[in-house]
Amino acid sequence: MNFRAIWNYLFGDSARAFGSLSVVLLGLLAVVPARDYFREWRGFQKQYLRLVSHRSDAASLNRRFQGGLQQVWLPEIGVVDRCTTCHTGLKEASLLDVKMQPFRPHPPTPHTLTEFGCVMCHRGQGTGTTVEDAHSSTRSWEEPILPARYLESSCGQCHLAPLTGTPRLNQGRQLLAGYGCVRCHTVKTPDGATMTGTDVPPSLAHVGEKTTREWIAAWLKNPQAYAGSATMPNFQLADADIRDISAFLIAQSTPSGAEKTTAAVPSQDDAVIQQGSSLYGESFCASCHAVQNAAGLLVGGSLGPELTRVGSKVKTEWLAGWLNNPDNYDPGTAMPHYRFDSKQIDLLLAFLTSKNDSDFIGNTRLSPATQAQAEHGKTLVVERGCASCHEINGVKTPDNFAPELTLAGSRPLSKILFAPAVPHTLPDYIAAKIRDPRSFGDALKMPRFTLAPQQVDALVTAILAQSERAQTMPAVLRVPARKPTGYRPAGKAGQLMDDMRCFSCHTINGRGGDMAPDLTWEGTSVQRAWLVSFLKNPNTLRPALIRRMPKFNVTDAEANTLADYIMTAYQTPDFDRDAIDATRFTAADAEAGKELFYGKYACQSCHIIDTSKDKGYVGPTLTAVGTRFSAAWIFHWLKNAQTLRPGTLEPVWNMNDEDARAIAAFLLAQKGAPVKVASR
Amino acid sequence: MNKRVILLLAVGVTAGCTRHTGVVTQEQPKAFGTALVLVSGEKQAAGVGAQLDQPLVVQVNNAQGAGVAGALVRFAGSRGVIVTPTQGLTGSDGQLSVTVNLGSAGGHYQLLASTPTASGAAVAIHVDEIALGYQEMLGAKVSEIHCIRCHDSESTAARVSNLDNLTAKPHLFTDGAFLNTMSDADLSAMISHGGNGLNKSPEMPPYGNTLTKQEIAALVAYMRAMADPPYRAQGVFYASN
Repeated sequence: MNFRAIWNYLFGDSARAFGSLSVVLLGLLAVVPARDYFREWRGFQKQYLRLVSHRSDAASLNRRFQGGLQQVWLPEIGVVDRCTTCHTGLKEASLLDVKMQPFRPHPPTPHTLTEFGCVMCHRGQGTGTTVEDAHSSTRSWEEPILPARYLESSCGQCHLAPLTGTPRLNQGRQLLAGYGCVRCHTVKTPDGATMTGTDVPPSLAHVGEKTTREWIAAWLKNPQAYAGSATMPNFQLADADIRDISAFLIAQSTPSGAEKTTAAVPSQDDAVIQQGSSLYGESFCASCHAVQNAAGLLVGGSLGPELTRVGSKVKTEWLAGWLNNPDNYDPGTAMPHYRFDSKQIDLLLAFLTSKNDSDFIGNTRLSPATQAQAEHGKTLVVERGCASCHEINGVKTPDNFAPELTLAGSRPLSKILFAPAVPHTLPDYIAAKIRDPRSFGDALKMPRFTLAPQQVDALVTAILAQSERAQTMPAVLRVPARKPTGYRPAGKAGQLMDDMRCFSCHTINGRGGDMAPDLTWEGTSVQRAWLVSFLKNPNTLRPALIRRMPKFNVTDAEANTLADYIMTAYQTPDFDRDAIDATRFTAADAEAGKELFYGKYACQSCHIIDTSKDKGYVGPTLTAVGTRFSAAWIFHWLKNAQTLRPGTLEPVWNMNDEDARAIAAFLLAQKGAPVKVASR
Repeated sequence: MNKRVILLLAVGVTAGCTRHTGVVTQEQPKAFGTALVLVSGEKQAAGVGAQLDQPLVVQVNNAQGAGVAGALVRFAGSRGVIVTPTQGLTGSDGQLSVTVNLGSAGGHYQLLASTPTASGAAVAIHVDEIALGYQEMLGAKVSEIHCIRCHDSESTAARVSNLDNLTAKPHLFTDGAFLNTMSDADLSAMISHGGNGLNKSPEMPPYGNTLTKQEIAALVAYMRAMADPPYRAQGVFYASN
């Protein structure tokens, strides 16, 4: 049979042609249903039905199953998610043991599928109906699924305040603000506010008074060699550049307002150094400053700089002036005015200058600086953006020194140049950039930060939260961050509180640090006599705590001024501190309270009253609690401590009035001497 | 002739299209041990997808129980867990330290570490790590604030353990042998009402007014995740494979 014969057979006359074309048309029409029938998601739905058919609750699982394309449509927030078409078991808690995707149930979270859909948190393409389309990055769609380790970034699109459930995001945002990132990069949060730095980079306007050119050079070479905990990044500068920058920094330095003292050469006598070390301990310098111990571990707080090698850094005259009153050199410092006398300053000088390391500067040899070097140094300082963080004479703080990161979490991959061996995803790019910026090009200005892998993850999480979606979310969904109030106490007491930098550690009326208790209602809480004696000589309230209130060597007059102000100004509006008259408590009340204390409420599990038998270490020691608190405060504390001090460890006991009164009577009878605990 | 050209072309195109996967360099062991032991890093808990805080350290020993340097150790993990490096030679102390990234689902992850012996057979050990989902992380946070001081016998720089100061010793949250026998409702009741409300030691305070219902549920989920032996919920049908 040849071609013509076949043609005639099929299309020879109009009836044959009509019949043949009908068959062809039918075949073509069948293509679409057939393709539809073999779609990937139908396979998953069938697989799901097979999976549940063997389970004990198969009937109810089957009943809740809905076949066909499923969709979550939330027009207000721009969500069209078809993920539930394949992820059929998301809402089925009884599939707990199923580990196979796409059938795993969704773990419990604060938001539901019907409220926010899927892509809001997981990214990916919600409208996709194939595995590839929905999860991967394609040419026309660049939103792949977000790896689980960065999931918290999605919470940050609406939640601008720290959340309990997002430790990584909170840490990342703290790092952005605390490691100087936001001083070069502009980062605007979705509410339009610009993130500001929480770190306190020192002013270099008078740096020549504080340290030597050799130290500056060695520091610039590798800040972490001076102090492992230093947050200053490594700018990976050439030796010649370091020489020139150090020359310029010394040249631009002007005299500060600090008194010029000609301090005696610090004693190198071991006994004196030992006394200085004791004074360092007694003054609780370690609450803010860390020192590396013999085992190489950092001991102390991170509010102030590490002091392991401070003797190699500072000039003795400067240190003497600084210990006398830091405010004179740097009015913006968090360091309090300690009111040390000259003998104490000598002891501390001996101790701190003994903390040196001859190896640190040992290899730095610099010939005297020339005018040309200093000028080149200034050019380098401008180029590197040093003034973004530090105050430097003659150099203006640059605006928008580095690229803005407001939308860095949605940066299109097509606009990114990847370094070799970096996987082509946005989180991997950001992580690689933070870890080693110069791997993307030697000419890049971004310095290298010393960060642990967890810190890099946290930073990537915080940057991914800066997405386009975050900017376009309806404002009603935004959970705003709490802004500091800028509260400043007035008058003479206000001056004293500023002088002693109370706000570096304590928060009052919404402003201040979080190292020490909030003092907003301190006046309601304590007895005046206790407050005066505590200000003069702060004793240990919690033996288990390492960070403690320093002794500021205040005079009687100063202590009284502060006590008067605190007792008047810092009162809770919720109850009257004098509402309960402690003098009307009887011995029988106290006895009943003692029974409740040791019996029904077992307070001795956490507190110590009788030092011979109580051992509780969680809460403060209560041997002298009767001299510290007001009766009304104790009464309300026992009923609901969380309303008085949110976040305190004390559980809400919800005690009835009778029990609370009795225990208050017992506690107020505890007027023993406070326990002396050797300082660490 | 023509056919041969087409065939060559086809082979060439096929070869060109085949995705070149990076060649995995197989390290060659320089020495062999007889036993593999775990040094540290087991049973750590971290958020899903996160890197464990501490590295996983294993040691290859010889018959005398001394560390073998240069022995090969391979790691294998399930469900998206990433071990870096996946294989390596032990150091001079016979130990190999690797970092572990957990997979994206909550629950227990089993890692298999193995080392070849001189005879060609391999010895292997299982290492268990725990990934915490959102709820478990929240529970971990609650525990860190309110529970751990008494329910953990270890002290850290930030807190001193109070466990030994109590007459009725609190159960560790890892005490699966006991805690797995309690239902979720029993655990929640214990947390909410304290020992006093349930005829147990009053040293356990009631937290029903301090914590929200969600926080208590999260805490229970965290305790379940940490239980050793692992917790299996009652009334759930477990798939055989």
